[in-house]
Order: sequence, then structure tokens, then C-alpha cells
Amino acid sequence: MLMRLSVIIIPALIFYIILNGVLNRTDVYDAFVKGAMDGLKTVVNIMPTLVGLMVAVGVLRASGFLSFLGEIFGGVTERMGIGAEFVPLVFIKMFSSSAATGLVLDIFKQYGPDSRTGLLTSIMMSSTETCFYTMSVYYMAAKVKKTRWTLPGALLATAAGIAASAVIVAYL
Amino acid sequence: MLNYIWAGMLLAGILYALFTGNMEAVSNACLDYAESAVKLCITMAGAMALWVGLMEIAGQAGMIKKFTARLQPFISFLFPDVPADHPARGFIATNIVANILGLGWACTPAGLKAMEELAKLEEERGTPGYETAGRKVKGDRAASDAMCAFLILNISSLQLIPVNMIVYRTKYGSENPSGIILPAILATCFSTLAGILYIKMRYGRKNRC
Repeated sequence: MLMRLSVIIIPALIFYIILNGVLNRTDVYDAFVKGAMDGLKTVVNIMPTLVGLMVAVGVLRASGFLSFLGEIFGGVTERMGIGAEFVPLVFIKMFSSSAATGLVLDIFKQYGPDSRTGLLTSIMMSSTETCFYTMSVYYMAAKVKKTRWTLPGALLATAAGIAASAVIVAYL
Repeated sequence: MLNYIWAGMLLAGILYALFTGNMEAVSNACLDYAESAVKLCITMAGAMALWVGLMEIAGQAGMIKKFTARLQPFISFLFPDVPADHPARGFIATNIVANILGLGWACTPAGLKAMEELAKLEEERGTPGYETAGRKVKGDRAASDAMCAFLILNISSLQLIPVNMIVYRTKYGSENPSGIILPAILATCFSTLAGILYIKMRYGRKNRC
């Protein structure tokens, strides 16, 4: 049900944005072309990162290291009916979104995006953020050393996101 | 940070292959994965161009600005000690809106500006550790309540449409790539709710440690 309803969101959003643009007398087409160019530039910018990280994940997988990690966590994930790679993914996601992306793609390749593991991965990745990375970058900008109650709150929110993803996937 | 993660992944992988005798597989994987990274970018280029293009329309039509203005009551609720006319509010709102819409490139600059403005607010208040430049600062700077709240809100994830995930799912042959939108929104609501509850518990309590 949730998954079927999701299908109308993107067309509805496009309709809403274009309609608003036209009603506001915006040059919708010019604006779109300009934005699309920016979007393409972003893709070109992340391409080197993605090559580097996917190769690193590829090496980890081919060497057998990922399955080794999987065996360590196997007991927990097996009981939940999900792939073992999910556990390392949760940790990596807290440090770097792009490193996590490499692992996500590997999970999709192994299990398929519509498998239980694939769905859990998709939803978990969409509902959590790179906790430690965000904290270090933002607090650097304010020159803050003591982060007080930021970390417990951030970890709590992340844990809630992961738990919610697991529960939702169980009901899909 | 990424420096060590990346190096660690490669070094650990190659060393591990040395012991398991999977060196040939590792060698092939390098080229295979490099190729799939580029292929993925080509798939992604279309979706990114479409999405950012639509957001440019939304920006030029003033929709994002309207959205930001509508957010002010919510900001007063979460950041009660940031004065109504303070510039930090604008940046916080822009950051939240960009986060919700998944505009990664727009939310980090606004977020960093918001942090700087929140630091200036503490300088104006003369909070210890925040004395303005020139004078010697005693002790380490501690985050203000507003900064903690802002960070937790950011980390709790606010993104509405997980564009990247949808693209990756398409690339690997999902039957319903955008099917995760509503489940993801639901999970995001839970993580954000947990974050807000925690913020409400800690905000304004005096212990500065």
C-alpha cells in the first residue's frame, strides 16, 4: 500500500512545481535548463569520489573480507532475515555518506533492491544522516570544542531511524 | 575522515586477499567496480538534472522563500532563545528547507552560516569561551543549546524524497524504485520525532558540560 501510493508523489510534485512556476510568471523552461546544468555539474563532481569508493568496496568484497565481517555479525542479521552486510553499512553511514553509497550499491548487486535487505537498506539510508561527519564540519565552522548533548541526541535519532526502518520493512 | 576509511578499506582488502588467495578476484574487481561507478553516474545524471532543474523553478518562483517564511513558528518552538529578528533564523530555515527537499549543495552552506551566526549570538551574550577576537579566550568553546538542537535536527534526517536511493534502485533493476518514498518518509518522521523529543528534554537546562 505504502509502496503503491509512493508512485504518485513524483508526478504530483512535478505538476505542483510547474503549475506554481507558471502562475508566478517564472520562465519555467529557462529555470529548468539552468538548474539541470547545475545538477549535471554535481554528478561530474562526485564521479571521482564514486569511482574511488566503489573500487574500495569491490576490493573488500572480492577479497572475502566483507563475507568475513558478515560471519561475525551473522547471528544477529540471520535472525532478522537480512543480509550480513547491513551491520557494517550502519557504522560506515555514520562517518561518510559516499563510503556508505559504495556499500549500498554492493548490497543491491548481491541481494537486489527489492529484497528484504535491499528495502531495509534503501529506507535506512534515506532516514539517517552522517552523524560524525556533520558534527565535525558544523562545529568546525563555529570553532566549538565541547559538543555537550549533541552526540547522545544524534545517536538517539539515528537509532530511532534504524529501528523504524526495520519495523516498517517487516510490514511492507 | 574519509581519508582513513578509504585507505583502510583498500589496505585491509588487499592484505586479506593475500591470506585467502583471492588476489585474482581483487584484481578484476578493481576494474569492474571502476566501470560500474561511471555507468552509475551516467544513470544518475538524468535524475539529478531533472530534480535540480525542478528545484531551480521552485526557487525562482519564490516557492522556497515562502516555505522558509512558513517555518518561523517551528523555529521559535525549537530555538526559543534565538531572538525573532536574528539572522541565524533565516539560515536555519534555509538549511531545514534544503534538507527537506534533498538539496545537498544548498543545505551545507546555509548550515555553516547558521552555526557562525549562532556563535556570534553567544559572543553578543558574552558567554565564556566566546569573547570576540583580540581578547584571550579562556577554556574551550562549548556548544550553545541552539547549536546542539540544530545539529541533532540535521542529523535526524529531514529529507522527504530520497532521490539518490531511487536512482540506485533503478540502476539495479528494482520493480518499483520510488516505492520506498512513503516508507522512508515514515522512518524519517520517527527519527526526527525522537530527535525533537530529546532536544525538548535538554534545551535550556543549565549544566554546561
